[in-house]
Amino acid sequence: MSEAHELNGAEIVIKALADEGVDIIFGYPGGAVLPIYDAIFSQNQIRHILVRHEAGAIHAAEGYARSTGKVGALIVTSGPGATNTVTGLTDAMMDSIPIVCLTGQVATHLIGNDAFQEADTVGITRPCTKHNYLVRDVNDVGRIIHEAFYVARSGRPGPVVVDLPKDVQLATGRYTSVREATHRTYRPQIKGSPDKIEAAVAMIAAAKRPLFYTGGGVINSGRRASELLTEFVKLTGFPITNTLMGLGSFPGSDQQFLGMVGMHGFYEANLAMSECDVMIAVGARFDDRVTGRLNAFAKNSKKIHIDIDPSSINKNVSVDIGIVGDVGSVLDDMLKVWRKKCYKPDAKALKAWWGKIAGWRARECLRYRKSDDIIKPQFALERLYRHIKGRDAYITTEVGQHQMWAAQFLRFEEPNRWMTSGGLGTMGYGLPAAMGVQVAHPDSLVIDVAGEASILMNIQELSTIIQYRLPVKVFILNNHYMGMVRQWQELLHGGRYAETYMDALPDFVKLAEAFGAVGLRATAPGELDDVIEQMISTPHPVVADIVVDPDENCFPMISSGAAHYDMILGPEDKRPEVSAEGKMLV
Amino acid sequence: MLDSIVRNHTLAVLVDNEAGVLARVIGLFSGRGYNIESLTVAEVDAEKKLSRITVVTKGTPMVIEQIKNQLGRLVPVHAVQDLTTDGPHVTRELALIKVKGNGENRVESLRLADVFRARAVDSTTHSFVFEMTGSTEKIDAFIELMRPLGLVEVSRTGAVAIRRGAVGFERGVSASNAATKSPLRKRKRVNA
Ligand SMILES: Cc1ncc(C[n+]2csc(CCOP(=O)(O)OP(=O)(O)O)c2C)c(N)n1
Ligand SMILES: [Mg+2]
Repeated sequence: MSEAHELNGAEIVIKALADEGVDIIFGYPGGAVLPIYDAIFSQNQIRHILVRHEAGAIHAAEGYARSTGKVGALIVTSGPGATNTVTGLTDAMMDSIPIVCLTGQVATHLIGNDAFQEADTVGITRPCTKHNYLVRDVNDVGRIIHEAFYVARSGRPGPVVVDLPKDVQLATGRYTSVREATHRTYRPQIKGSPDKIEAAVAMIAAAKRPLFYTGGGVINSGRRASELLTEFVKLTGFPITNTLMGLGSFPGSDQQFLGMVGMHGFYEANLAMSECDVMIAVGARFDDRVTGRLNAFAKNSKKIHIDIDPSSINKNVSVDIGIVGDVGSVLDDMLKVWRKKCYKPDAKALKAWWGKIAGWRARECLRYRKSDDIIKPQFALERLYRHIKGRDAYITTEVGQHQMWAAQFLRFEEPNRWMTSGGLGTMGYGLPAAMGVQVAHPDSLVIDVAGEASILMNIQELSTIIQYRLPVKVFILNNHYMGMVRQWQELLHGGRYAETYMDALPDFVKLAEAFGAVGLRATAPGELDDVIEQMISTPHPVVADIVVDPDENCFPMISSGAAHYDMILGPEDKRPEVSAEGKMLV
Repeated sequence: MLDSIVRNHTLAVLVDNEAGVLARVIGLFSGRGYNIESLTVAEVDAEKKLSRITVVTKGTPMVIEQIKNQLGRLVPVHAVQDLTTDGPHVTRELALIKVKGNGENRVESLRLADVFRARAVDSTTHSFVFEMTGSTEKIDAFIELMRPLGLVEVSRTGAVAIRRGAVGFERGVSASNAATKSPLRKRKRVNA
């Protein structure tokens, strides 16, 4: 890149984005970003998607990032534009999603004066970003934007905010191209320690009751990591479970897959976790949703933990071997050691272990009471899965019971096909995320599995979806309740359903039509297949209102403060008394 | 149990001297509920734009390990050194201590200052400002002695610390801690 002619800050922004390979940017204009919008107007390398709310922009960028493995980009104005992204930034921080969020700012000489639409954006976003910048000099714009992309995607990915004062956007200056810019010091450790890898592989080879426990880190590491993981799991013949974030890193329909682990995970996965003797944690972080009561967690196991973030290791659970490094690189090295040393798993012990697992599996933990006259939400998802199985499909979700049922009943054969707000649990995530996924994959089937409460949190994005002719499908499991919260009230608060029933809900079919989408409804089990079929075959945005049993609860469940072996399998199971500490947990 | 013992640790943190870096470090401590017993910061290398933060914190070994790793995760942090576990080190604080009084008390305060090698850097007919450097404990002890003699106010820097011996920061990085970055050595970029 030569500096043949000078550019203004706004033009440098666009040039830097294009040089980073950004093809799509989600955004919403305002006074403090007008120069950048002007620069967007006069180019055609980057396509701008005009959302209806900045919350939509950032979740869309997340959906784009998670389904492509690339960095998601968005641009918003100062003040309210910036503050509207805070939930999404926190969401991306918790789930380690690479995002670059450009925010407008008042002119540098006005900063600190409570100017119109001024907010201390770097101050507000400091704890919810991986890093952030306030750019004070036009000559730094190019370098900082490249640095922001580097930081967002390197190591444990995360969101980065670049705050751009309006005078900086208008000043002319020099552009630093991508080859010149790196970060001065930030160099995450990629390669794992060879000694620790050798020790870990020896431990794995000697295991009698092993279990792979893998999370979002495998997906973040890239496709290759999922392939290597699959190879290793196949080679060893070990059972594997995924976290909510890790679904798709190993083929969901494979016999060695025990289903999701954790609070609403599979019985066999949780029991295997509890009774394993060697746990191989890969890109997972021993989250409280996964471990249950810590002092009862997998007590008799040796633990190996591979993670790119050293602070994840020994945070909640102390492990025997902690390997800092990119999971793809470490798995690659592990496979090499396994082959070089000609390790063989202990076939006899493994056979006994699989026998035990078969016993847990026989409990059929997802079983639910079928009905002929009311749609059970589980049944709706079973049918949905039947229709999308084997298709080129992407699933996003909102947050609640429907999300957990989707994680249980839908299976993912590949990474990057499943987008859900895991760490933060952000209602309103699914629709804009689906929009971002569809923008990146225009010809694929993209479905937001939603609850009627969550969908209302970012319903305005239907308007964006119409504008850009994105054929997103919204599959609402409408139980009239904030089901997940109602379930907790049942469990912890004597069934006093304070404020979890919505007395007035919109007619979702008419709502869809008002936006310009197709609205469908199913109220009886017999109508379900037709509605799903119609939803999928309609080449336009569709909202399918699936009216389901309002009283159904999500099982299996490890109630708060309980241990894995205390799983409740269904409504007829005896509920253990929830401890005082348990009540305190979220 | 050994790993449930709460202990004070002195951490040295080398950071890029850029806007917001101190807020980032302090925000990390407050946001994650870690303790700050004392904190000092100043630029130590103008050419490389590096500042050194000395923070005294307390916690169990697991919490201290977390704190070090969380600090190491911040983008502008170069290196974290746990002086408490990394062998012998020197800790010093500077304090300015104002004492007011006449007669016997005034004489006694001067005498004690002499014993503690504190210097009077300001004096009026009925007051002194003493300057002293030393370990945190020594300063604490001197302040306690001044209290009955007419202690008015105290200003102190908090601890600064450094490892004993010839080894500098770049090789003194906590060995136990895989997380700690050591970019002062010319580091090659691993992968992309
Ligand atoms: C922004 C936000 N506010 C509140 C919550 C707490 N919360 C978790 S699930 C839930 C109810 C979701 O209801 P719905 O979308 O209908 O899903 P359901 O559980 O009924 O399937 C609520 C309020 C949340 N997760 N996110
Ligand atoms: Mg609901």
